[in-house]
Amino acid sequence: MLELRAVRAGYGSFQALFDVSLEVRRAEAVGVIGPNGAGKTTLMRVISGLIRPTAGSITMEGTDLGTIAPHRIVEVGIAHVPENRRLFPRMSVEDNLRMGGFTRAARAKFRQRLDFVYELFPRLRERRFQLAGTMSGGEQQMCAIGRALMSDPRLLLLDEPSAGLAPVIVQQLFELLGRIRAAGLTVLIVEQNVQQVLHVVDRAYVLEAGSIRAAGAAADLLRSDSIRAAYLGV
Amino acid sequence: MGIFDIYLLEAVINGVLLGGVLALLSLGLNLIFGVIDVAWLCYAELIMLGMYGMYFLYSVYHAPMLVAAVICIAGVAALGVLLHALVIAPLLGTPPINQLLATGGVLFFLQSAATVLFGVEFKNLGLRLPVLKVSALFISYSRLLAFVVALAGMVLVYLFLTRTYTGTAIRAIAQDRHIMTLMGVDSRRIYFVTSAIGGGLAGLAACLLVLQYDVHPFIGLSFGPITFLICVLGGLGNFVGGFIAAFVFAELISLGGLYLDLEWGYVFAFAFFIVMMFVRPAGLMSRRS
Repeated sequence: MLELRAVRAGYGSFQALFDVSLEVRRAEAVGVIGPNGAGKTTLMRVISGLIRPTAGSITMEGTDLGTIAPHRIVEVGIAHVPENRRLFPRMSVEDNLRMGGFTRAARAKFRQRLDFVYELFPRLRERRFQLAGTMSGGEQQMCAIGRALMSDPRLLLLDEPSAGLAPVIVQQLFELLGRIRAAGLTVLIVEQNVQQVLHVVDRAYVLEAGSIRAAGAAADLLRSDSIRAAYLGV
Repeated sequence: MGIFDIYLLEAVINGVLLGGVLALLSLGLNLIFGVIDVAWLCYAELIMLGMYGMYFLYSVYHAPMLVAAVICIAGVAALGVLLHALVIAPLLGTPPINQLLATGGVLFFLQSAATVLFGVEFKNLGLRLPVLKVSALFISYSRLLAFVVALAGMVLVYLFLTRTYTGTAIRAIAQDRHIMTLMGVDSRRIYFVTSAIGGGLAGLAACLLVLQYDVHPFIGLSFGPITFLICVLGGLGNFVGGFIAAFVFAELISLGGLYLDLEWGYVFAFAFFIVMMFVRPAGLMSRRS
């Protein structure tokens, strides 16, 4: 579904990704783990078009993302829930969701998408007229995921969804991932919370200093001594 | 009512009427600042060109008033788009001082161009609009008209910003411009739409101001500084703050003018501004974050 080949990217003269290749297959949930500053967020940003790769190629279902304008990437079915949620804080929940469904194709099925999101997050329906910035962290994360789902994506990119949330909320969030997958979405998730994310994804890549250092089935990584030592503290 | 009470009431009413027009002026500038993050220093000069447009269309070419107004609004909107395409867009992403200097340059360019093309004579539409008499009060019809139309213009912009996808995107981009790509929004297009609206508001303001004031190449200096002060006082980019600040300013000018001379009204307003900048540097409506 999504394929990255030898992608390089960075900011100005600083290179953050070195020849990263990875693949996400349809209906999979794939994790990317690694230490702070490894380039995980850059990886997400380069896929969704927030920054452009300086080399290599990214294809989504046969479409070379390098050949289309960055704001059209959402139209090929990729939605990105950015780090720190990045809601529009002084807009209502529903206006935030409306922005998520901005593309022409998404506008046509606005009501249907809205019902889907509200069913997934009943709390958002209750708060639909509230300013997004005044909600709790967990509710804001729901709103950010809901906003991404409004574009009717096939691939959902989640960047550190558990950051800054209480443990019980994080638990709910990971459970929610199952329901999002059940709705037919493919998920690529970046997480600091290695233990928990490896229990919900099928496969994972280990990104260190801008390069893929390891990859494999989540169950195998959980048993790997080096992963356990580096990320699980055992 | 004593004669002084009537003057006071008239001054308050005139303040409100002036406030409506000032609010319209500051809305255009605020919109541009909030969305594109640049200050159009030449904003009032666009209004000056619009006023000349009205003068030529109505007084020289004898177009009907409404037709002239529509052409004038569309023309200044087009100027706004042109300004963005030629001056702002190439400088986006460079230090803000560059954009300030560039739009400041456009200000002097437009003033000088107007002087060369139209001369320094004061021109007006030659209209004599009646003065309304409500019991013992005298209210200028042109001021009342300007107030009502300005309010209607602002309501229209409000509806556009809250009821349409493009309008929602305009509000959103003012809050987080860096993730608009993720929403599928082409920021460049939104900037052009915003520039057109900002220009259109300047055009509408021109139509209203030309009913009350003579036009000359330096008329922008009469509106420009005060529009900027209102925007800063309301908090740059804060539409509600600008709206309230416009009425505060207008009342200060109007009441200051009542108790002393008209010029003293401006002195009061500007002194108030300076004091407020010490008390609330981020504007009247600043959010505590």
